[in-house]
Amino acid sequence: MQKKVLLNANQIDIIINRLVCQLIENHHDFSNTVLIGLQPRGIYLLEKLLNVFDKNHPDKKITSGNLDYSFFRDDFRRNEKLININPSKIEISIENKKVVLIDDVLFTGRSIRAAMSSIDSYGRPESIELMVLIDRRFKRELPIEANYFGAKIDTIDGDKVNVVWGNNKANNVVYIEK
Amino acid sequence: MGQLSVNNLLGIKYIKKQDIDLIFDTADHFKEVLNRPIKKVPSLRDITIANLFFENSTRTKLSFELAEKRLSADIINFSGSSSSIKKGETLIDTVNNILAMKVDMIVIRHPNPGAALLLSKNVDSCIVNAGDGTNEHPTQALLDAYSLKERLGDLDGKKILIVGDILHSRVALSNIYALRLLNAKIKICSPLSLIPREIESLGVSIETDLDKALSWCDAVNVLRVQHERMEKSYFPNNREYSLLYGLDNKRISKLKRDILILHPGPINRGVEIKSDIVESDNSIILDQVENGVAIRMAIIFLLASKMNISKSHETV
Repeated sequence: MQKKVLLNANQIDIIINRLVCQLIENHHDFSNTVLIGLQPRGIYLLEKLLNVFDKNHPDKKITSGNLDYSFFRDDFRRNEKLININPSKIEISIENKKVVLIDDVLFTGRSIRAAMSSIDSYGRPESIELMVLIDRRFKRELPIEANYFGAKIDTIDGDKVNVVWGNNKANNVVYIEK
Repeated sequence: MGQLSVNNLLGIKYIKKQDIDLIFDTADHFKEVLNRPIKKVPSLRDITIANLFFENSTRTKLSFELAEKRLSADIINFSGSSSSIKKGETLIDTVNNILAMKVDMIVIRHPNPGAALLLSKNVDSCIVNAGDGTNEHPTQALLDAYSLKERLGDLDGKKILIVGDILHSRVALSNIYALRLLNAKIKICSPLSLIPREIESLGVSIETDLDKALSWCDAVNVLRVQHERMEKSYFPNNREYSLLYGLDNKRISKLKRDILILHPGPINRGVEIKSDIVESDNSIILDQVENGVAIRMAIIFLLASKMNISKSHETV
């Protein structure tokens, strides 16, 4: 397996700051917006975004939660891989809220479809947007696209994209295994 | 998340501590699902479950049915009293006919001990024991232990008292197996006539004085006297039983600390437990009922996750 760095810590830092600015551009005071980190990996990107909001935009009161969509996956009983269920924590109704789903990598789109079905359990949102750090182009199996993305990359079958969140931001890295 | 070590849930006797941990972890997630505005998940939309109840049931039947519906399974209900069993059909023939209609999982309650085990050996389906005679009631024991764990934390070393008709109770036996796996200390309290021989070999101690037993425990599970399973009289009358083994406020208020009170239902108010105790702050009887749905969802989900998709989609 060959590893190639796609984004280093500095690039990731710039991207996260840019994603925060894009969210502010579209959601203004966030009074009707809920940011939802998707389990298991999207919650870390959400955490980094919230840190930037806290530090650079303390006037924005952000409502957030974590969502596990395991029970809504379309591959239950269809492969040998064991389902890994993580806690969902959404303590407000998302009825008529603008929801932004946050994940690390957008690949086939099936996880996002499961997440969109799952979020409906908490109420009918006014709208759903998608933010990802990495968009793996040309690999979609469903008509799903991200509204906000950090970087778009081209991959082939068998490639593995890993987003690694280090103990401090200097250790954050995105790499591809070929 | 791991997998269950078994393909059927026939009794606590057949499962391991890791299975209980997995069921509890999964039930935690389903409890969260059950608190959402929309309490349904689509996981089992391609599974059909038959609920075969050859014995009366209210709570268990409704709880299984709701758990299955919350998981989006298709269900068929079958009651022994209105079936061809009355015309002489054997249990195995009846179940094989039901399975021929492309049913994937059987939930069975039966008055004969070992009915679920018999089915698992003779039919090609996933079997869940919803109570077999005086043998086991595994889902009740799991929801009891889960409700205890919610309040007491890890049950390792916790002192649990089981009071009542131990001799005829499948709940008692399954509770003993489950609590032993979780390392709890177990005492049973009942007239000696209602205690099975050799029960101490299961790792429980016996106390016939209810007040002494109550002052020992962290929680008490009160069981009903099962008159319908008694062929002879095991104690003089209900009044005497209630005086010696009934739980009332007088007894509980004498204790130096709070204890939790459980009852699997149905409750015979005034016999094994008085109304003031059923409705007291120490009672977690309704928690048991609520947790029952989450526990049964977890069990059905975990068993279904082991079923090969090709089997339920196979064509004739």
